Amino acid sequence: MARRTNLGWPRITAMTIVALVATVAPLPDWLQILRPDFVALTVLWLCLLSPRMTGLFHAWGAGLALDAFRGVLFGQHALTLVVIAYIASKLRLQIRAFPPLQQTAVVLALLWLNEFLLFWIDGVSGHPITDWRRWLAVPVGAACWPLITGLYARVAQHR
Amino acid sequence: MTTHEPDSRPLLLGGPALGLRLIVLVILSIGLMVADQHQHHLAVIRDWLSAAVYPLQWAVQAPLAAWNTARESLATRSRIDADNVRLASDNLVLRLKLMRFESLAQENQRLRAARESSARVVQRSLIAEIVRVDLDPFRQRVLVNKGSRDGVFRGQAALDANGIFGQVTRVGPISAEVILISDPEHAIPVQVNRTGARTIALGTGRSGQLTLPYLPQNSDVVAGDLFVSSGLGGVFPPGYPVGKVTAIERDPSQPLLSVTARPLAALDSDPELLLVWFDSTVVEPESESGPEPPGVLAPASGAGGD
Repeated sequence: MARRTNLGWPRITAMTIVALVATVAPLPDWLQILRPDFVALTVLWLCLLSPRMTGLFHAWGAGLALDAFRGVLFGQHALTLVVIAYIASKLRLQIRAFPPLQQTAVVLALLWLNEFLLFWIDGVSGHPITDWRRWLAVPVGAACWPLITGLYARVAQHR
Repeated sequence: MTTHEPDSRPLLLGGPALGLRLIVLVILSIGLMVADQHQHHLAVIRDWLSAAVYPLQWAVQAPLAAWNTARESLATRSRIDADNVRLASDNLVLRLKLMRFESLAQENQRLRAARESSARVVQRSLIAEIVRVDLDPFRQRVLVNKGSRDGVFRGQAALDANGIFGQVTRVGPISAEVILISDPEHAIPVQVNRTGARTIALGTGRSGQLTLPYLPQNSDVVAGDLFVSSGLGGVFPPGYPVGKVTAIERDPSQPLLSVTARPLAALDSDPELLLVWFDSTVVEPESESGPEPPGVLAPASGAGGD
């Protein structure tokens, strides 16, 4: 019998809200800089590994919610998350067959792309952040990937 | 085995549908960004969105706030006694200062009346609590629990007990976003209290640091100098402390000094701040006739002269 999963919209919405909360939960300053982009990780997991296709509208909605939450230029996270969700959805079949380390490398590249697009939009819109430390969250996010996959696989299987 | 699957979404989605969705959503996002950036058409929508997400933002910090409240209510008697003694002595000192202040304020008002200029001092203030959420580690912004319902407006100055804190950048019905003076995009017109030299203090993105990059090499400024808001621009009330100079780097090959300073307001530890209203109708610089108020340079002497 095939593994049955139960990952409908209520659960996806809950995952997204938890990721949003984790993005703004208060942390000490030094830890704040290292905080991975939980919303991007959630979107990537849903596009790459979730049992069913989640699609781009979720990524877009999550991005808009993140923009509203953080009070930044409206639409910037929506754009970057849609782009990485598109690439992840395209690569879905290949990446699912990759060993974990290789998957993490792909996630690292996608998170970097996400951050680069944000950096670029920040620059174009006239609010550049040139602090090199903004890139630290990318490897930290990739390092969290195995944890996130383990956690979300349980969420998906739990009834 | 075909069991009843609660999830009817497809296993795979590709081809033209996915590409089309990408294009539509990217165009929509760019449209939103352009609208937000240029026309401010989205202001109303953003206000409502900020109201919609505020309960969640508040909920994020609620456990921390509850913990702080609990710790406070369990504080030991000896600590409260010590606090009480300290506050009583502070109060005494402040009352002594206030005695002089009353007479000085009256005198100032008389002199202002003689010059027919209004005193731009803070007239009304509102205490706003800072909601402890991390909006962005590289921008220095905080969320406060007062909004347009309480009369808060965009560009309003925010102070704390020690000095200038920042200004309001976005106002929702029940919350507002305050940009701190240490934000890399924030600039505040200031003057060095000792000499009256006017310049601009920029934020650096680190809560304990400001820079004053526009002082010429021959400026009279030393470490420890206090600089106060100059009131130019009309956003901040003039004469309130902003920061203290911590280091000056004189590089003869550069036309300008590199001055770093420390903000006086406790930007990273304050639980609350003051939003202030003041009469900002007077536009500086004032008429050239008549005596200049103390601390303002004569126009001909240039910045940095003394």
